[in-house]
Amino acid sequence: MNFDFSDEQKQMRDEARKFLAEKCPPKAVRAVLDGHASYDKELWKGLAEMGFLGVAIPEEFGGAGAGHLELCVIAEEMGRALAPVPFSSTVYLAAEAILLAGSAAQKKKWLPAIASGEAIGTLALFEGKGNPSPDGIKLAASGGSLNGVKKPVPDGAIADFAVVTGRTGSTGRDGDISLFLVDLKAGGVEAKALTSLDPSRGQAELTFRNCKAEPLGAAGEGWSILTQVLDRAAVLMAFEQVGGADRALEMGRDYALDRIAFGRPIGSFQAVKHMLADMYVSATLARSNCYYGAWALSTNASELPEAAAAARISATQAFQHCAKNNIQVHGGMGFTWEFDCHMYYRRANATALGLGSLSYWEDALIDRMRKKNAA
Amino acid sequence: MNFDDTPQEAAFRTEARAWIAANAPKQYEAELSKSSLGRISLAKDDIVDVGKAWQKQKAEGGWACLHWPKEYGGRGATPIEKVIWQQEEGVYGKLTQPFQIGEGMCGPTVMAFGSEEHKRHYLPKLASGEQIWCQLFSEPAGGSDVAGLRTRAEKQGDNWIVNGQKIWTSGAHYSDYGLLITRTDPNVPKHKGLTMFFLDMKSKGVEVRPIKQANGMQEFNEVYFTDVVIPDSQRLGNVGDGWNVSLTTLMNERMSIGARLATGFPEIFEFCSSLMTEDGPAIDDRATRSKLAGWAVKASGLKYTSYRAVSALSKGERPGPENSIGKLVAGVMLQDIASYAMDLQGAAGALTGAAEELATGQFQQMLLSAPSMRIAGGTDEILRNIIAERVLGLPGDIRVDKDVPFNKIPTKGR
Amino acid sequence: MNFDDTPQEAAFRAEAKAWIAANAPKQYEDELKKSSLGRTALKGANILEVAKAWQKKKADAGWACLHWPREYGGRGATPIERVIWQQEEGAFGKLSGMFIIGHGMCGPTMMAFAGEAEKKRYLPPLASGEKVWCQLFSEPAGGSDVAGLRTRAEKNGDDWIVNGQKIWTSGAHYSDYGILLTRTDPNVAKHRGLTMFFLDMKSPGVEIKPIKQANGASDFNEVYFTDVKIPDSQRLGAVNDGWNVSLTTLMNERMSIGAGVSTGFPELFEFCNSLMLDDGPAIEDRNVRSKLASWAVKASGLKYTSMRAISALSKGERPGPENSIGKLVAGSMIQDVAAYALDLQGAAGVLAGAEDAEATGKFQAMLLRAPGTRVEGGTDEIMRNIIAERVLGLPGDIRVDKDVPFNKIPTKGRG
Ligand SMILES: Cc1cc2nc3c(=O)[nH]c(=O)nc-3n(C[C@H](O)[C@H](O)[C@H](O)COP(=O)(O)OP(=O)(O)OC[C@H]3O[C@@H](n4cnc5c(N)ncnc54)[C@H](O)[C@@H]3O)c2cc1C
Ligand SMILES: Cc1cc2nc3c(=O)[nH]c(=O)nc-3n(C[C@H](O)[C@H](O)[C@H](O)COP(=O)(O)OP(=O)(O)OC[C@H]3O[C@@H](n4cnc5c(N)ncnc54)[C@H](O)[C@@H]3O)c2cc1C
Ligand SMILES: Cc1cc2nc3c(=O)[nH]c(=O)nc-3n(C[C@H](O)[C@H](O)[C@H](O)COP(=O)(O)OP(=O)(O)OC[C@H]3O[C@@H](n4cnc5c(N)ncnc54)[C@H](O)[C@@H]3O)c2cc1C
Repeated sequence: MNFDFSDEQKQMRDEARKFLAEKCPPKAVRAVLDGHASYDKELWKGLAEMGFLGVAIPEEFGGAGAGHLELCVIAEEMGRALAPVPFSSTVYLAAEAILLAGSAAQKKKWLPAIASGEAIGTLALFEGKGNPSPDGIKLAASGGSLNGVKKPVPDGAIADFAVVTGRTGSTGRDGDISLFLVDLKAGGVEAKALTSLDPSRGQAELTFRNCKAEPLGAAGEGWSILTQVLDRAAVLMAFEQVGGADRALEMGRDYALDRIAFGRPIGSFQAVKHMLADMYVSATLARSNCYYGAWALSTNASELPEAAAAARISATQAFQHCAKNNIQVHGGMGFTWEFDCHMYYRRANATALGLGSLSYWEDALIDRMRKKNAA
Repeated sequence: MNFDDTPQEAAFRTEARAWIAANAPKQYEAELSKSSLGRISLAKDDIVDVGKAWQKQKAEGGWACLHWPKEYGGRGATPIEKVIWQQEEGVYGKLTQPFQIGEGMCGPTVMAFGSEEHKRHYLPKLASGEQIWCQLFSEPAGGSDVAGLRTRAEKQGDNWIVNGQKIWTSGAHYSDYGLLITRTDPNVPKHKGLTMFFLDMKSKGVEVRPIKQANGMQEFNEVYFTDVVIPDSQRLGNVGDGWNVSLTTLMNERMSIGARLATGFPEIFEFCSSLMTEDGPAIDDRATRSKLAGWAVKASGLKYTSYRAVSALSKGERPGPENSIGKLVAGVMLQDIASYAMDLQGAAGALTGAAEELATGQFQQMLLSAPSMRIAGGTDEILRNIIAERVLGLPGDIRVDKDVPFNKIPTKGR
Repeated sequence: MNFDDTPQEAAFRAEAKAWIAANAPKQYEDELKKSSLGRTALKGANILEVAKAWQKKKADAGWACLHWPREYGGRGATPIERVIWQQEEGAFGKLSGMFIIGHGMCGPTMMAFAGEAEKKRYLPPLASGEKVWCQLFSEPAGGSDVAGLRTRAEKNGDDWIVNGQKIWTSGAHYSDYGILLTRTDPNVAKHRGLTMFFLDMKSPGVEIKPIKQANGASDFNEVYFTDVKIPDSQRLGAVNDGWNVSLTTLMNERMSIGAGVSTGFPELFEFCNSLMLDDGPAIEDRNVRSKLASWAVKASGLKYTSMRAISALSKGERPGPENSIGKLVAGSMIQDVAAYALDLQGAAGVLAGAEDAEATGKFQAMLLRAPGTRVEGGTDEIMRNIIAERVLGLPGDIRVDKDVPFNKIPTKGRG
């Protein structure tokens, strides 16, 4: 057993951290938050040059072919830095879906473009309120043509292509759902940017009108592929969340050491100390669950569904907890726009919802544990 | 024990109800009933203007600052009558937000320490909302540690010259007057060298700079003082006794907390009652019910705690520090409620904006604003200290900043 | 990152598995599986005797105190081999409860500070369970504040004469030896006047009075010392260096935490899996699921945190204070878990069957024992202080009791 990242992977983490510290300071996040850009294009280019966009994409498709453990390492750093780029939608959702279910031609067309930063991808799954469920998918797919509305679609307004869930049957079973690959620049889709809790990341509504689409994976396999994609993305997103949680904890700790009240650092008050200790505990539990998820993801273990749900829940809780109490430790300063605390708070609460909410994953975890137990 | 109105109370209620029915700005009722923490604004009109008009109308009808003496613009009502009024005023009570600091804290302090002349001059206009007051206590160096403040006031003839900076001053940008605590003697222990004043916010040398908040709004400010002249007649309490005067303000803050504390419960209950999820109405789901029940008893616990306080008050007892629990309970609860409401909507919970997303937007604003509830007017940690020390009688922290001249206390970068 | 056994590890696992299959006291397996925090007892057998027999058998075959050197009764195994052993030993591991203090804390302290002769003499019977050890640190005046202890040891020729009282000493009533922290100089600052010893619990002048615990059981004791004589050769570490010695003990406590904190989760999950509520199986209820999920990720978080610690250990890193989180998380979790299990049974209506009574009893025992977990070996608050100060680097509390001679520290009712 070796339950840790390797020295090379840690080195990669240091590199990514250094790179992001330089290219993605809070100022860069704010530029997007304040609406000056829809995402940070320079940073996106830089990430491509560093090889981070294609870490887990095989070399034959223009990636670095390193693997998913390496991708986890990068994801954590992206979360720490609140990187305002379409990384999660392109890399965790679109690329993973293509890697899992794409034909040779589809892989050849899109994966190199992802790795080089030329193509931004996303997953168009949700249709308004609700968590992932086959019943929630109404978008009609017939004869290679899509009709319907998807919302929210992460980075939908800037994406070049999307993996789209569509309804190809009406038996009321999972087999009614199929996946499609849509070139968003080819017409038939109208994108409308939406505002959200976390303006540093884009959300959109996509309206499909007789939009041409090619199938991704076999017809009727959509739900099953999607579930796998969501599990994989859950692990990766959990690393982002842990990165954010750790940074929020660090910010709180640093402020507690620096801020003087009543003639002493506020970090010397147990109320503050214990709040920070509890943040540390939840961040640590989340990290450990994430490591297990990383192992399951990288080995394609049969434990992945359970491990992914555990990582997702734990990391969601930890990020929300740390972001919220980081504001509390900062007092009035924490409630200003100028301090970065609210950016973590926004991101924490937005990422908690993106792949399906906490309740959804809680339900999924117990379902999966129960099935395993019964087996 | 009973909740029945006495005959006098019933008469008062009838009168209040009739007056409100005849006079309230009904065109805003729907909007106001949908507004909640962090989102009290009106689509077409300026909420402060509408608030002022309503307050003025109430003052003319004798319904403003009910518990204040008549000569100062109130009605001389009992604490219970005040509660009855709040019950009847309902959602229009949300319009009184800009006046809460003035009515709840500044007014009572002026009432306790101002001269008769000042009281007659300033209080009626405060009561009628014609003039808005703010509270200038917190400073960069002292929020929880109010007594650590550094804004200097120096005597010069019959005047005081004030230099320094306040921060987090809610409403300073639309306030006419402010209650200001200053340091008049840095050579004595921190709590002993403070003096309280009130001042015209339009005085020369007062500069108000808005601060953008985490939730995107601009409700609080930095206020800079450069050689601001305040006449000695605007001093409240003795020189060097400002800490005691400020305690009066803070004690009054508690009385004003009472009935109007937002908990988020009514909103989440209504939301869950109407929300349909994949497997039926949210309110039929056991997990949802369990959460709602947990919050319901907190909300009702707070409500009845405040009723108990009002009953005590109406028997002439002073409101004690036990009333600190309201904000402590509600702050965290609002955060939890807001994030649960978003959770129930899945990924779409993160969206803002569009009109049909009214519910979402409401809870998002709650989520973004709730952190301030846990900080403003005493942080959760300070409130727990108050409960532990002043209610339960536990010892205070070991202090390094008491009984030491203020200018000898360790600080960073002074 | 991987969970695979190396070839050596796989060989070790196979050997362990075979030996356990051939030697474990299988007649108790079911009962042990069902036992949980606050309830490890066997019907029809004395658990202490069964445990001692199992430990002796393990020792004879070289499976006791695996990571200890061979000459002291161990096997010289790696941290990972130790984990493998624990995985394979499974429910039989619950029989080691009474040895945890001796193996996890007293032994390592002896190993670090006793003379070679003493190590050779005392450690092997400790490893084999023939001799049981206890830890005599806490006193009425000092639990969290161990360094506030008052039990005096005074030098008298080659011996020390001990007078005073210890409290909360787990297992003192069945222990043969104890490690004992005393005050040898009250005129210096509190942390500087302490000295550590080990002693025979049968020494004249040692009196043990069991304390009835909140859960009805009596696992811990008061221990009184009246002119108890301890030879200087049983001193551990230098005179007045007892605080440092005790830190070694406490650091080892952390290593021994590793695999074993009980969280109550597996028990609750199993229970919910079989419980029927009015409207179906408990496990299908959303509310039940939501609670289970939150506890599941805490339990797995702890499990994988300890695996990370073991990986670090096996690379030669020292276990840091971050391992304090296990007990902190598990303590209050187990209280919540037990209370919820009881709550669910209320919801299920009247439960009369033996199976239900079994579950009720189990969770009640857990509920009643759990508060002890949050206190013993460092309270939740002390754990949070440790994390905040030693991991996050926050400042310590402002202290009134440091750098002051011990006998000048303000106290209540000290003569
Ligand atoms: C929306 C909003 C409106 C406000 N309006 C006004 C206003 O109108 N007028 C005005 O004067 N002020 C106002 N304030 C200021 C408010 O009262 C202070 O922010 C608050 O008292 C906290 O002070 P601080 O910001 O300096 O934080 P700090 O005191 O620096 O606190 C930072 C952290 O340290 C903790 N801490 C500090 N001391 C202790 C202790 N002794 N024990 C344990 N923990 C401790 C705090 O709980 C907090 O977690 C407002 C604040 C907000 C957020
Ligand atoms: C009775 C009381 C009520 C308070 N209510 C609030 C509140 O609702 N919200 C909030 O944010 N802050 C409130 N505070 C202030 C809050 O306690 C301070 O922000 C916080 O305690 C830090 O201030 P401090 O430690 O410097 O003052 P403390 O150490 O609490 O008090 C400083 C000095 O004030 C004097 N003092 C203590 N109690 C009294 C008393 N009852 N009457 C007169 N003088 C007294 C003592 O001489 C003491 O040395 C209150 C304080 C007191 C004493
Ligand atoms: C089941 C059980 C078995 C035990 N076995 C042994 C044993 O074998 N050998 C042995 O030597 N001891 C043993 N103990 C004793 C145990 O280590 C002490 O009980 C523990 O350290 C707490 O000390 P105390 O009981 O004196 O409580 P106190 O130290 O008096 O603590 C009382 C409360 O005050 C809090 N507190 C104290 N100091 C601080 C601080 N600085 N900051 C914040 N909060 C603080 C504590 O967290 C606690 O909530 C056992 C205890 C139990 C419950």
